[in-house]
Amino acid sequence: MRREIPVLITGIAGVVFVVQYFIPHFPFNRLSNWFSDWFSIIAACAIWLGALNLIKISIEKIAYRRHDWGYSIIVVACFLLMVVFGFWAGRDSREPGMPFTWMYDFVYSPLSATMFAILAFFVGSASYRAFRARNLEATLLLLAAFFVMLGRVPVGDVLTGFLPEQFQLSQVAAWIMNFPNSAGQRAIMIGIALGIVSASLRIILGIERSHLGGE
Amino acid sequence: MVVFIALTYGCLAATPSLWAQEPSPTSVAQITAQLAEPPADETPVAVLNVRITDTPNDDGHALDIRWDASASEAEGRVDHYEIWRAAVIDGQAGEYANIGEVTSGTYIYTDGNVSEDGSYYYKVFAVNDSTFEGTEIWTLRSESAVAGPLTPVAQWFDMQRINVFVGVLLLCGFIIYYITQARAGKELFIRKIAGLEAVDEAVGRATEMGRKIYFIPGSQDMDQVQTIAGITILGRVAEMAAMYETRLDVPVSRSLVMVTAREVVKEAYAKSGRPDSFQEDQVHYLTDDQFGYAAAIDGMVVREKPATIFMMGLFYAESLILAETGNSVGAIQIAGTGEPSQLPFFVAACDYTLIGEELFAASAYLSKEPRQLGSLKGQDIGKGLILVAILIGILLETFGIWDFSKLFKVIE
Amino acid sequence: MSRRAIELSVLALVLVATILVYVGRRNDWFGTLHFSTSVSVLVIVLMAGGMLWVLARTIQGHPAERRVVFLYIGIAVSLPLFMSLSQTISISPETKELMAGLEPLPPGSKVLVTFDYDPSSAPELQPMAETFFRWAFDRRYKVIVMGLWPQGPQQANMALDLVLADEKYKAMNLQYGTDYVNLGFQSGNEFVIQRIGSDFQSMFRVDFFGTPYDQLPLVKNVKNFSNIDYSFNLSAGYPGTREWVLIAVDRYGLKMGAGNTAVQTTGMYPYVRSGQLLGILGGMNGAAEFEAVTGYLGKGTRFMLSQSFAHMIVIAFIIIGNVAYFRLERKRKK
Repeated sequence: MRREIPVLITGIAGVVFVVQYFIPHFPFNRLSNWFSDWFSIIAACAIWLGALNLIKISIEKIAYRRHDWGYSIIVVACFLLMVVFGFWAGRDSREPGMPFTWMYDFVYSPLSATMFAILAFFVGSASYRAFRARNLEATLLLLAAFFVMLGRVPVGDVLTGFLPEQFQLSQVAAWIMNFPNSAGQRAIMIGIALGIVSASLRIILGIERSHLGGE
Repeated sequence: MVVFIALTYGCLAATPSLWAQEPSPTSVAQITAQLAEPPADETPVAVLNVRITDTPNDDGHALDIRWDASASEAEGRVDHYEIWRAAVIDGQAGEYANIGEVTSGTYIYTDGNVSEDGSYYYKVFAVNDSTFEGTEIWTLRSESAVAGPLTPVAQWFDMQRINVFVGVLLLCGFIIYYITQARAGKELFIRKIAGLEAVDEAVGRATEMGRKIYFIPGSQDMDQVQTIAGITILGRVAEMAAMYETRLDVPVSRSLVMVTAREVVKEAYAKSGRPDSFQEDQVHYLTDDQFGYAAAIDGMVVREKPATIFMMGLFYAESLILAETGNSVGAIQIAGTGEPSQLPFFVAACDYTLIGEELFAASAYLSKEPRQLGSLKGQDIGKGLILVAILIGILLETFGIWDFSKLFKVIE
Repeated sequence: MSRRAIELSVLALVLVATILVYVGRRNDWFGTLHFSTSVSVLVIVLMAGGMLWVLARTIQGHPAERRVVFLYIGIAVSLPLFMSLSQTISISPETKELMAGLEPLPPGSKVLVTFDYDPSSAPELQPMAETFFRWAFDRRYKVIVMGLWPQGPQQANMALDLVLADEKYKAMNLQYGTDYVNLGFQSGNEFVIQRIGSDFQSMFRVDFFGTPYDQLPLVKNVKNFSNIDYSFNLSAGYPGTREWVLIAVDRYGLKMGAGNTAVQTTGMYPYVRSGQLLGILGGMNGAAEFEAVTGYLGKGTRFMLSQSFAHMIVIAFIIIGNVAYFRLERKRKK
């Protein structure tokens, strides 16, 4: 029963979502909305599971002085600080000048942007290591990277300013992005879409149930 | 320390807003008062031929209102059209209310706020108004004749989607057919997938080195099929980790994924005959925030230096941040995602990458279960059909024989 | 040196740098810090010299470490911010397509701007948002803002505050609720798009500030997508442009343009080619192009010099990496 009920719920919800796409009449027009509402409610409630798990593990780490327990103090302190700021002023906490908004604008935003900015460094190191002319395919990849990276910044056109417009690097980059890139992307997208259909069908029919903890 | 730096940075970033100056007031009200009289010849000509039809292929909650352009539109005397509606009460039109407006140049409005139980009358106003610096100065309206009444009707099938319906039937038909064939005992071939072949080797390496295995099931929730595919592979990895008694760590970014992954890992340990080795905290939640999640895993990877990292699921910009950090500590990395824009990053930074559909095929590949293999065969036939359609389309469209693409349009 | 000692030293260094920058901003040191053309040229020559040194070391058999790559990228990104060199931004076909979709919209058009990103992608997407708001307000569009990411509407508010602080827009006397409105965030990802396709109000009973939907003059008559003239989606991942295209464009026929992070843009090209998406702005480059084509020069244009330098440095390292590879291959063959 422990596994049959989830399979049944999945099957019913899956079939309803497929059918409602083709049948606009009541009750199908409402069923998919109800299911999506339930998902939102369950996901919103489940956030507590995650948050409590995080706090439990962090407090245990501090209590038993486990390896790197100092970081857990920061986790718990920051978590509590944001929760207090968030609940303190209720809905008004989002008004400009409130502590929650202040923390969002001047702590969370710069820290998040910093993490994203690290990508620039990692793109550099990954390109340095991976783009090597090992064989014909790798050389083509390398040349495409070369043209697109130069063509996507103004300096590309400065370097090729003497050429006719259609051969300037910005045009070459646009061509690579619009044709070979689009063609490849479409092929991968079609494959993925079919993969999703097949995997979804397996899940709806209950053939695939390893995500429920069983074969 | 980090909090202190963050707060200091916060002060720094906040400073310009403290220095901002107050704006000077404007005198819009004074100017508009002088221009408040509307010129008589600016009144637009009323629209003609207002028609109401039931919105096709809907759930009976919409009516389409169409009209002919006001003759004044060409002279620039129509800013927008207002649509007014009155419900039928006791056989008579009730009170009219403005239910919406469209800018000039648009001659259709869909009223999606009606009920199958009611009938409705409509009027359309051509409106010419004048504003100065955001303040309305004058408004002139011309009223059309009344159209209606009409009652909306719900349809039982959306005919615009008949092409999708045929496609779904064909594809699902093939998949189900091959599943039954496989169940009947027909042998099915599946090509080698290097990334999945390397799973054993990767787990074995962690065992030899005596270090951890990390399994990262993407940064999205359980409503993504890719996350489910990732969790499926987790089951297999957890079984092997339990068998070799190697510590497996599963940091997740969604609570529902945590609950599901925990169940899968627990089951895998039980299946391997080592239920006591399973610890709930092996699967632990970090944060829902994309880059907070990436930062936390990066920290863990740098400190604990795992021997093997699996990244299976839906990833976005965090993919390269995770993969490069894993690479920097010398971990063997196997990644898989169905997000095309992240594939190049995984290919560049990981040892093996499952590209798109390979991720979804993983469960069938690893379990070798006939019904699952059958679904892959059906999927391949679907792909063949699409290829044939693309070829026919190229021929017909290139030589201008027939507009083949119209068969695939959902919205006209 | 132990790991913890290194960590603490780095933290101390960051703290000192932060205090220095803070004091610098209070005293307006950086407002006046600008390299002259000759200093800019000198910096470029030094960077090029540094790269040649790395190349020479690689040829000698000492390939560069990751940290060297990081150092050069850091320099390439930060120093150009102080340089006074100008660049001509060429406009890509995708930006031209976006403008071709925007320009025919008459004043009063209702434009839905969806913020599906968080602060991490703000450097790329925020300049696009600011430029779009300027363009929309100048043309008297009615702007409706919403977000499928929790932090999206906050980003919208930041962009709106910045734009509306301009004297030009203050003079327009733009009113919240009449000229623009922020409906806020709604959880549910693509289900939200599906729901607002038939009924906006079912998903947004109140706006970002808690005002009931019915009391907002701008949206009280906006029932569904058929009442929206154009939509502009700013996206950094899921849910984002793809979900909007698949549901709002394909099912409901919404006209839509988009701005994406550079990483994500490659995956959206097929939708632009098929006409489902009316143009796309890709990353910082797209932001700069949008600014150039609309004439509101801002952060996008300013940061493009850094991007140019960063791309050049990455290309230089790819070349150096290949030199190292071929050197190794030759050695192996011997």
